[in-house]
Amino acid sequence: MRLDTLRRRFFGDIVNTGLTLLVLAALMLWLPPLLEWAVLNARFAPDIAACEALDHRGACWGVVAEKARFILIGRYPADEAWRSILAAGLIAGSWLGVATGVLRGRSVIPALALPPLVAIALLGGGLGGLQSVPTELWGGLPLTLLLTAAGMAGALPLGIAVAYGRRSSLPVLRGLLTAYVELARGIPLIAALFVASFLLPLFFPDGVALDMLWRVLIAIVLFAAAYLSEIIRGGLQALRTEQLDAAAALGFSEWQTQRWIVLPQVLRAVAPSLANSAIALFKDTSLVTIVSLYELTGSLGLALSGDAQWRPFYLEAWIFIAAIYWAGCVLLARISRAKPLRP
Amino acid sequence: MRTSSRVVQALILAVVVGLCVLLAVTTAGHLEQRGIRSGFDFLLEPAGFSLGESMLPVDAADSTLLAFVAGLLNTLRAALPGAALALGIGILAGFGRLADNPLVRGLASAYVNAFRNIPLLLQLLAWYFILTDLLPAADAAMHLAPGIFLSKSGLSVPWWGETGFEIPEPGGFGIDGGARLTPEYLTMLIGLALYSAAYIAETLRAAVLALPPGQRLAALALGMSPRRAFIDVLLPQAWRAALPPVTSQLLNLFKNASLAVAIGYPDLVSVAGTSLNQTGRAIECLVIVIAVYLLLSLVAAAISHRLEQRTLQGRPA
Repeated sequence: MRLDTLRRRFFGDIVNTGLTLLVLAALMLWLPPLLEWAVLNARFAPDIAACEALDHRGACWGVVAEKARFILIGRYPADEAWRSILAAGLIAGSWLGVATGVLRGRSVIPALALPPLVAIALLGGGLGGLQSVPTELWGGLPLTLLLTAAGMAGALPLGIAVAYGRRSSLPVLRGLLTAYVELARGIPLIAALFVASFLLPLFFPDGVALDMLWRVLIAIVLFAAAYLSEIIRGGLQALRTEQLDAAAALGFSEWQTQRWIVLPQVLRAVAPSLANSAIALFKDTSLVTIVSLYELTGSLGLALSGDAQWRPFYLEAWIFIAAIYWAGCVLLARISRAKPLRP
Repeated sequence: MRTSSRVVQALILAVVVGLCVLLAVTTAGHLEQRGIRSGFDFLLEPAGFSLGESMLPVDAADSTLLAFVAGLLNTLRAALPGAALALGIGILAGFGRLADNPLVRGLASAYVNAFRNIPLLLQLLAWYFILTDLLPAADAAMHLAPGIFLSKSGLSVPWWGETGFEIPEPGGFGIDGGARLTPEYLTMLIGLALYSAAYIAETLRAAVLALPPGQRLAALALGMSPRRAFIDVLLPQAWRAALPPVTSQLLNLFKNASLAVAIGYPDLVSVAGTSLNQTGRAIECLVIVIAVYLLLSLVAAAISHRLEQRTLQGRPA
């Protein structure tokens, strides 16, 4: 019976048999050379002479060992590297905690909102005896994680406020907020980053000079909040009106109804969509390299483009970075399935 | 109640207008300090830069406006064929993920998982590295098919040239004749298509899986083969549900075309960036970019609305 099902699935009819043979042929053609390149012929030690001798017949994974520190933390001062690693660990740890269900219920929101703040304090220093490190030197994985976590932490409250504002009875407020949401959703993120990079400095009064990092973070928060507000608005619309009637019958005030009845249910219902937005933002943080912030993607270029010796092994280092992004996306996707806001 | 809401609205409007005026005054002050003129007159002045590639010939003496138009055409030249490719590959991969055959399903799943979970920018950088560093030089171009050559300097294909329809052939310094697609263009085309296709595949799969299971069972009960049931019963219904998210994916593809700036393909955003650096007119250049993208979004919304109307009309009574 089992064998029969298998045979039907692989060789059920002419089309299926053809597809099976085609895929098998492709695998047999491609897998052995890939295995040879990635494992059998590969060099794992950071030995440039051995790697050059390979002439790309095998992978030079040594480039990862050679450049790991630079790719992972960018230009952050080597003596202070532990702060960078700790900051990344805090944020990644909080995601892991929520994804595995260790952190749940009421602890989820503080567990996701606090780590980026602590990470900023850790990376920046200047207090508690920590040496101050300017934001231009922040980079690599900690910066990628920080932009994602801080971006979401800033965008969620704003998105909730905008979603409520668009349900207000004041046409002027509704119109202004609709214009903002449509504008932000209509333009590519790069345009928003260019605005942050070139226009924001013109907008601030004299004597107020924000670092590029903060300007980019403002742009990211405003950009992401527009998308989040649409998700929240959908959640608000989907809420059953009986819930409001019940709250009114129990004598809840408008504020109490929203705080204790509506918002908890809406946030729980849209949590998977919020996690999807977090995944999109996590990948989109790579764009900040275009305005000269060297997060993971930027630090890969920084590590290799100036180094004629190691640059030929860009692909190997690229695979390392891609694997990190992939793992981050899978982790965030786990959060969306973990029903994290369940009490 | 009515008056109080009017007062609140007037107050909101006053605050917003006040903020805008404050911003305008501050910005004007900064522009004056830095000696930057404002206005859109620079569009008619010489651009001062030429485009790496363009359907319109643009050089430094041509107007900035022409450079912007060429940039927009470059965006469309990458995004339109990219969208068609994405749709084709996405439909194939979506079917693959629903296939009975575990090998096909596994392959399609691996593709969708890999391409959705790696940032598009990173994918573009990899394609660009492969196309410009790993391929052979032009004088040792790979001969893919009769008249088709691939090398570090791009893909040469048969096309109409100065001497009529030309078939590329190896010449003294590389490949002569036909049309050459640059590595930058190929990177955008491949990168955008494969990234969006992975999302379209997921959308289609979700749409088919969301159909009530009774539809399939009813089709099978009527004696249809599983494949006929899929093509004639499930697919037409799923397509209707998938249309809005698929159009939004295609619109995303247009917005993602702005990543061209990272690999030096002269799209609209990259032209705006260059012009901004040349003239210092940041506000004007970014206003143009934002306006064009908003317009594209509007056009896309209108098209998708029309399509939905037409698809809904096709629904049996």
